[in-house]
Amino acid sequence: MTTALRARGLRKTYGDAAALDGVDLDVATGEIFALLGPNGAGKSTAVEILEGLRDRDGGEVCVLGTDPALADYRWRARIGVVLQEARDFTMLRVGEAVRQFGAYYPAHRDPDEVIAAVGLTDQTRTLTSRLSGGQRRRLDVALGIVGDPELLFLDEPTTGFDPAARRRFWELIRSLRTAGTTVLLTTHYLDEAEALADRVGVLAGGRLVEVAAPDKLGGRDQAQAVVAWEQDGKRREQTTTEPTRLIAELAARFRGEIPGLSVVRPSLEDIYLDLIGSDQEGER
Amino acid sequence: MSTVTTDGAIEQLAGRAEGEAGAEAGGGAPLRTPLREVWRIGRIRMGVELRQLTRNSSLLIYTFALPVVMLLLFGTIFRGRIDGTSATYQQVYATGMIGMCVINGGLQNLAYAVAIERHTKALKRLRTTPMPAASYFLGKVASVLAATAAQVAVMLLVGVTVMGLKLPADAGRWFTFAWVLVLGATACSLLGIGMSSLIRSEQGSAIVWLPIMVLQFVSGVFIVFSSLPSAVQQIGALFPVKWLCQGMRSVFLPEDFKYSEPAQGWEHGRLALVLVGWCVIGLLLCLRTFSWRGRDDG
Repeated sequence: MTTALRARGLRKTYGDAAALDGVDLDVATGEIFALLGPNGAGKSTAVEILEGLRDRDGGEVCVLGTDPALADYRWRARIGVVLQEARDFTMLRVGEAVRQFGAYYPAHRDPDEVIAAVGLTDQTRTLTSRLSGGQRRRLDVALGIVGDPELLFLDEPTTGFDPAARRRFWELIRSLRTAGTTVLLTTHYLDEAEALADRVGVLAGGRLVEVAAPDKLGGRDQAQAVVAWEQDGKRREQTTTEPTRLIAELAARFRGEIPGLSVVRPSLEDIYLDLIGSDQEGER
Repeated sequence: MSTVTTDGAIEQLAGRAEGEAGAEAGGGAPLRTPLREVWRIGRIRMGVELRQLTRNSSLLIYTFALPVVMLLLFGTIFRGRIDGTSATYQQVYATGMIGMCVINGGLQNLAYAVAIERHTKALKRLRTTPMPAASYFLGKVASVLAATAAQVAVMLLVGVTVMGLKLPADAGRWFTFAWVLVLGATACSLLGIGMSSLIRSEQGSAIVWLPIMVLQFVSGVFIVFSSLPSAVQQIGALFPVKWLCQGMRSVFLPEDFKYSEPAQGWEHGRLALVLVGWCVIGLLLCLRTFSWRGRDDG
């Protein structure tokens, strides 16, 4: 496993407030890594330092073998960046914008293929100012990937998407991963992180409080399950570390089908809220 | 997806990387973008800028109509010869409006355009790509030159047909016209990019156009310079606009008008020096204040 991105003790302060207070982060080549965290947790600050857009106050950073603070055009040709929502280049048509950005890179993807990949072929000649919110966001992604990046940064890419558009977008990101692109994603949507990411990191209070696969975050896979069923017309619940044994007992008791049976483990959202909540209490 | 290579840039990248990085310890030192790449991408930016310019119809109408309307207004209100010269007020105003075109095209429009691109995060997005900063500025210079040339052509047309402006017959005056125009436009462009940092929002352009308006008054764009109070003349002489307009007068007005200039002459040497000086000041201002990111963005 090679490392696409590595940060150690990353620090950034604004005035007296530490936006990042010693963040350690590793993203493996070919991985999709999702950075989660509440507003103001330092996600964008961290990502912009890694993108070379912002200076850091401390720590070591190595992205694709280079310190982003010392990066040059050769390094920029290897990354792709989709910033948070933007309304720029309103006087250009979709095709013109994608061709323009492609031409900045020494080796780039075919602009028409990129436009097709984000589903904007019918809008190739549309002024970008006339695109809907979701279409505009897909153009942002097209501009981020037209340079054929090894490492793609996506900052809240699907804000404002309808559910179908988000599914299509996820497919696009998965196809990029299949082609070998490493992706660092920030998102507010936990289902997005769960659907896409190999690993998620939770940033809270300027620290990375946990890093794990989405189904293992916060000990989720070992957490107690709540088994619920109906008995004598009443709903019964039992919390257990051994749901299978409990269900076998219930099956024997009912001699077959258990009425109203459900087994619930904590959702990623429950775990996430627990992680950022406990951290915020720890800060006080 | 297929990969397209742009005219041999790859081997150039590889070649430069070995040649220059090897000299630095560790081989990881940042490289300047090769000039060939700067020029290649600069040409792309020029095309983009010109396309954006021609599509901005409200800006086009404003920039072309304003000087024409002002010239026609001044030409209707002020008529007749200026005492002690063979030049008419109409001719003097025509040269002043040519100066105004250069100022508006460079200073005002560019300050606004760069501020908007910073505000909409177009600059920040460009910063994430391998596009060199120099290519961005090449594109801006091309758009200023194109817009200014078109405006000046319109002014000359209106000046000659309606205001009695006489086009110079000798090559020497056309040469003066060319260098005054290029130096003036360059100084205004650099100052415009520098001043763009003052505009903090899409609505904040008054901070730029108000001082420019005042500057145009004290520089003799709207009022015959020699009729301004001498204290005002001295303030005007500190800035490039006065010199730009004086250069235009030296091209288009009868030779005897130079005796009504403050120095009783066209002062081409000092004029060139002042404009070059303001180019340097503008460049330093750009280098010190230019930012890819807006103030509201960290």
